Amino acid sequence: MTTPHQKPNSLRAGPDLSGHFGPFGGRFVAETLMPLMLELDEAYKKAKADPAFHEERAYYLRDYVGRPSPLWHAKRLSNALGGAQIYLKREELNHTGSHKLNNVMGQILLARRMGKKRIVAETGAGQHGVATATVCALFGLECVIYMGAKDVERQKPNVFRMHLLGAKVTPVTTGAGTLKDAMNEAMRDWVANVDSTYFLVGTVAGPHPYPAMVRDFQSVIGDEARVQIQEQTGRLPDGIIAAIGGGSNAMGIFHPFLDDVDVPLYGVEAGGLGLDSGETAASIARGSPGVLHGNRTYLLQDTHGQITEAHSISAGLDYPGIGPEHSWLNDIGRVNYVSATDHEALQAFQELTRLEGIIPALESAHAVAYARTLAPTMGTDKNLVVNLSGRGDKDVPTVAAHLGVQL
Amino acid sequence: MSRIKACFDAIKAEGRGALIPYLEAFDPDRDTSQKLLNAMPKAGADIIEVGVPFSDPSADGPTIQLAAQRGLKAGATLTGVLEMVAEFRRTNDHTPIVLMGYFNPIDHYGVERFCQEAARSGVDGLIVVDLPPEEAGIIRPHIKANALDLITLAAPTTPDERLKAILAEASGFVYYVSITGITGTNTATEDQLTQAMTRLRRATDIPVVAGFGIRTPEQARTASRITDGAVVASAIIKAMAATFDDGKATEASVPTALEKILSLSQATKNR
Ligand SMILES: Cc1ncc(COP(=O)(O)O)c(C=O)c1O
Repeated sequence: MTTPHQKPNSLRAGPDLSGHFGPFGGRFVAETLMPLMLELDEAYKKAKADPAFHEERAYYLRDYVGRPSPLWHAKRLSNALGGAQIYLKREELNHTGSHKLNNVMGQILLARRMGKKRIVAETGAGQHGVATATVCALFGLECVIYMGAKDVERQKPNVFRMHLLGAKVTPVTTGAGTLKDAMNEAMRDWVANVDSTYFLVGTVAGPHPYPAMVRDFQSVIGDEARVQIQEQTGRLPDGIIAAIGGGSNAMGIFHPFLDDVDVPLYGVEAGGLGLDSGETAASIARGSPGVLHGNRTYLLQDTHGQITEAHSISAGLDYPGIGPEHSWLNDIGRVNYVSATDHEALQAFQELTRLEGIIPALESAHAVAYARTLAPTMGTDKNLVVNLSGRGDKDVPTVAAHLGVQL
Repeated sequence: MSRIKACFDAIKAEGRGALIPYLEAFDPDRDTSQKLLNAMPKAGADIIEVGVPFSDPSADGPTIQLAAQRGLKAGATLTGVLEMVAEFRRTNDHTPIVLMGYFNPIDHYGVERFCQEAARSGVDGLIVVDLPPEEAGIIRPHIKANALDLITLAAPTTPDERLKAILAEASGFVYYVSITGITGTNTATEDQLTQAMTRLRRATDIPVVAGFGIRTPEQARTASRITDGAVVASAIIKAMAATFDDGKATEASVPTALEKILSLSQATKNR
């Protein structure tokens, strides 16, 4: 999905044919899955080259997802911070309440082309699961969602939404019962049901072609934002901020700007209780390169190469890895990876709600939290775009509990 | 000659297939798994697969997942697993040992250092579940330099053309994952195995063993008759785990596992 502003020697050209972004990415999967990865790669290449696929996708994005999403100049928040002007890319206004639907719609249209009748997916916060269950309902596909038992507990409203939509939600109790374990279980299901089943990865992770494909489907965020910010301010922004779980909303808004090297990009990892608390989800800040879930990337791991548990208040960021393209963008210095703690995210959650009347997802609140740090260091004539990846209704019980309120 | 080659030559001369039992290192503790490992050849193990516990065994079913968790809890590390193999080698110089695991612990250890130390400890081959031939370039030179075998996996989903390509680089033996699924679940039928062997034989002439879903002596006999060997993992672990008391080994644990191995090996010898 090349857009006109791509340049030669572009940072947007990756990955290579075997799915590597520099030393990261690749296809580290069992032989049973390898032929499927090659088949998926072919199917995606074909779809990508077919104008009918793009037309179909554009139709569903407009009339079902509700795109384009607005870019909102958050004046009251900007004034309160006393620095750069904050523009919110309103992905929370998409159908189902997050950016996740952009990717799900693209992949299910592809799965339908491939003749698949059964969809499996992993979910953390439940947003990807809800988006998947939604599109499966729309197209009458069987839907099985794997979700860590701990996440089932802390994201109850989303679990019930998935049930209503006709999906089967399978709690995963192995490991710590969070997103990485759900990912393992979804891969196990897939390997056992390869003929009928399409594995719908929810972020820019997994084996090639998932990181590139999910990025392409999410790049609609950045493509729109690039036009919108220029319409509203007459120029490109002075910074873009997005929260990072696996990194799909961030990759989606960053990618169309990668070659605009004067636009600083900030990926906000979940700091959890603090980067040095041992209770964090900041894979780049506190991890090291390794191989998990089909790709080489930065991972939280111990000195023996065992994956350690992530911690974040936000279920959607509670993942010990990050998409491989981010690892590469970190190492070449194109994107700045920073972090926000649970506490900072909670503060940002409340401030955005009070000042703009927008309740953000706890995931997105991490991006807002970093904007609260960065904006005051910049002049009032500067502009920052913040990706508001989702709405916070699902997090109201969690936030209430942290604020000591009994619902 | 490598231990693996010598082993298959000898077994072929006897006109039978190999029995390849699996144990998860450090399950449920280092001592128990060392005792089991040391006693396996006498119970009829021709080759032994030693599972290296990993936190995220995405190709394994519940039985091996739990074994890996117990192993990690008991302090399993790659160094510890190599020490187990070295100890085994003090009393056994002929039974091949193949480590089976996932790539990240090896990657983290350093592929070169790992291959050197594995060879020095008496390891003969490696099965790295999530390292397909496309990504194996990083380890291959060190495998060769240390005279190890990197065992190639083939699956029912592997098309003929791909079989030819990946088996061109195979050494030691080929591990045929006989079902599309995770360990310890379904079992391939005799017909499926026979057809698969026809495909595999067209692509390679090194020994082929079948694994995944082989549980009973009957199934082991069938698989080792059609192919050159049968790998049995979950069934042995399950039998042993049934003897644990609150996750801890009991007097009955090692004998129970050995009894299971013995019954499997008698079946494979009796074809
Ligand atoms: C609203 C929202 N934002 C962000 C994320 C994190 O995922 P990613 O980093 O792939 O955008 C999630 C994941 O569940 C989410 O629900």
